[in-house]
Amino acid sequence: MNTVSPFVLLSALLFTLGVIGVLTRRNAILIFMSIELMLNSANLAFVAFAHQWGQLDGQMFVFFVMAVAAAEVAVGLALIVTIFRSKKSTNVDDLSQLKG
Amino acid sequence: MTFDLFVFIGLALIGILAAIGLLTSRSAIYAALFLILNFSTVAVLYLMLNAPFLAVIQVSVYAGAIMVLFLFVIMLLGAERLAGPEAKTGLLWQRPLAVGLGALLLLQAGYVLITRFGQTAVSTTVVKSGPLDIGLMLFGPYLLPFEVTSVLLLVAIVGAVVLTRNK
Repeated sequence: MNTVSPFVLLSALLFTLGVIGVLTRRNAILIFMSIELMLNSANLAFVAFAHQWGQLDGQMFVFFVMAVAAAEVAVGLALIVTIFRSKKSTNVDDLSQLKG
Repeated sequence: MTFDLFVFIGLALIGILAAIGLLTSRSAIYAALFLILNFSTVAVLYLMLNAPFLAVIQVSVYAGAIMVLFLFVIMLLGAERLAGPEAKTGLLWQRPLAVGLGALLLLQAGYVLITRFGQTAVSTTVVKSGPLDIGLMLFGPYLLPFEVTSVLLLVAIVGAVVLTRNK
């Protein structure tokens, strides 16, 4: 293949599926997994463009995105565990105390 | 129709089906396993895109460490069984609206990506991307972001410990 557009289109498709997952699922853990899916599709676009331009900088950015994703998952899952302890639920619709 | 294209289409189908499985699965464990399958196919795509080191990192860090953390929390909370998506949600129009907006987003992203970037051919210079070259980049031009990342990870560790500590 002499262009990377199929890879970038696949990346856009996976990102869209991640967005739909965040919007439709009500379980906090599944929302987190959908966010991981979106980060991953962005990484795919980074690597595709790095390949297209013949430079390594895109791959470097994937490293940092992975590090940020790891930090985000650690803190986010800690938040979910803490919320589960007090609410006994991981459904985001149950977290509506701030609703007027 | 080259061999590469067949490999790509197969991998893309597996990845998309795994993502759809993640969206529709009733069990959080199955959803996590679908996500691992998706990460693995993306790792193979990295191999096709001349990024072997990233492919290994993808499998070991993403599909390995991060997903183990997810599975651990799912089993810790006993949240394997998910309530049905329709269960006691008052927003019946939410799912079709989300799918519609997602399709719109896909159309726009695809249009922009194809019209702006689709015509550029792949660079003919084959850049070396083994661990040595990655390391030279990481500890050369990208040294400052690398060090900042270590601070970020430290903050994440401390934050996770503080958040989950039992008082």
